[in-house]
Amino acid sequence: MCPVMGTLSSDIDALVDEFDFLGDWEERYRYLIELGQALPAFPEDERTEDTKVKGCVSQVWVVIEPDEGRLTLRGDSDAHIVKGLVALMDRLYSGRTPDEALSIDPKEVLGRIGLSEHLSPQRSNGLASMVKRIRAEAEALKA
Amino acid sequence: MTAHTKTVAAFDVDALRAEFPILSRQVNGKPLVYFDNAASAQKPEAVIEAVANVWRTSYANVHRGLHTMANEATEAFEATRTKTAAFLGAEAASNIVFAKGATDAINLVASSFGQSLKEGDEVILSQMEHHSNIVPWHFLREQKGVVIKWIPVDENGALDMEAYRGLFTERTKFVSIVHMSNVLGTANPAEELTRVAHQHGAAILFDGTQAAVHMPVDVSEIGCDFYVFTGHKLYGPNGAGVLYAAGDWLDRLPPYQGGGEMIAEVSEDGVVYADVPHKFEAGTPAIADVIGLGAAIDWVNALDRTAALEHERSLLDRAEAGLSEIEGIRLFGRTQNKGAIASFLIDGAHPHDLAQLMDKYGVAVRAGHHCAHPLMKRYGVPGTVRASFAPYNTADEVDAFLEALHKAKSFLI
Repeated sequence: MCPVMGTLSSDIDALVDEFDFLGDWEERYRYLIELGQALPAFPEDERTEDTKVKGCVSQVWVVIEPDEGRLTLRGDSDAHIVKGLVALMDRLYSGRTPDEALSIDPKEVLGRIGLSEHLSPQRSNGLASMVKRIRAEAEALKA
Repeated sequence: MTAHTKTVAAFDVDALRAEFPILSRQVNGKPLVYFDNAASAQKPEAVIEAVANVWRTSYANVHRGLHTMANEATEAFEATRTKTAAFLGAEAASNIVFAKGATDAINLVASSFGQSLKEGDEVILSQMEHHSNIVPWHFLREQKGVVIKWIPVDENGALDMEAYRGLFTERTKFVSIVHMSNVLGTANPAEELTRVAHQHGAAILFDGTQAAVHMPVDVSEIGCDFYVFTGHKLYGPNGAGVLYAAGDWLDRLPPYQGGGEMIAEVSEDGVVYADVPHKFEAGTPAIADVIGLGAAIDWVNALDRTAALEHERSLLDRAEAGLSEIEGIRLFGRTQNKGAIASFLIDGAHPHDLAQLMDKYGVAVRAGHHCAHPLMKRYGVPGTVRASFAPYNTADEVDAFLEALHKAKSFLI
């Protein structure tokens, strides 16, 4: 899921560059949706109440697990835009150490790629609670 | 001659739009197309001014005041009660109770009427109810063991009247039905529903939240026991809703909430309640909002309502004609004479994705379950996209909506 990782900041810069290359919001949204479509299939038996993200008006499932001291994330949604946001979180957080994960400011990153509108509790797309869960998992892994 | 000219003259939507300051704003750099009217309608200048004028010129607490401003506020407040009674065709102003909204009004009836219900007594609802007309009855199911029975909805979005007649037993005490569905636009046959309920000795309430906006309502023709609606969907302020109770129902029902304003006398060991309707209005009411509702009713009455509703209907027809051409479309609510509400799904396109993408093009629609889980379950869908129209909307906006929908769809399919 997570190939060769660079440093955290170079990975974030690479993500920002990909979006910078795109012009208007329409291209950015199309790309976001493509990122979601490219996610590996999410196992049917993992669609449970436990993996379901609360606070989202569409259905979203996220599993965050440690793997040799690093975070892994996989997830899915029945809505394309939210699924794209899951893919972004995967790009940001999978393969990070807990300290790296906790140092990420997702609002700043989303701002740099022109999608900051999605990280507000009022959007009810579940992204805010997704980030909360990732950070809690990172804290637990650190302890 | 003049009257004739008026009916054939084109509905002047531009003049109407000019009364709504918010309609000139932009959203995401695009002119706003507001098709979320069934959730809440925008406000004309007349309503905005009426509310502001209360604060600016004659605000004080209502009732029992012995000073000029209290009397002015009370007169304006009570004038809305009179206007509301006339708007609904009610017997008298004393048949009108102000509530926070339709939800609050239904909770009042369920709570007060519900006190007389016993375990095994039955209440009839329909599958197309908004949660506001379901959950208060679930309270009675949980607290008292009241049984809820459901009128099925057919594929076109009409109530199954045959099934309705079959639901009654000697334990049926109450029927609570939406007059016009907030999802389907279906206008239910209120008079027939009432006639059947009364034949079986059951009382009946209509949730007129959408109907009061999209069709003329006359409770004296319907003959129902209770009718509720809310101000904010009728171009009025939030926080002012209406309960109409026929005949002496308000005298017969116990009060809902206790507090100031609803009493005649309070002692250490007893209470004498105020006369109706004040018995049901505990605490300081939403004074400016109720006065604003009066302004909204004046505004609606001043419309050529027939022309305005025909205009709304033409927007619905235009939208549904355009929607019908989309591959994979499913339209919900296919009855005749429905209100100006279009609900739909497109195969392979999530309603939330469509609504979010359409917003980027300046088009405001609602997507989701519309607070009607049982109806969504009936159709086996998680939600729909809903476009709902007001007289201030235009044919050009319908075209912009259809264009935005096609663009949004191209992202997803």
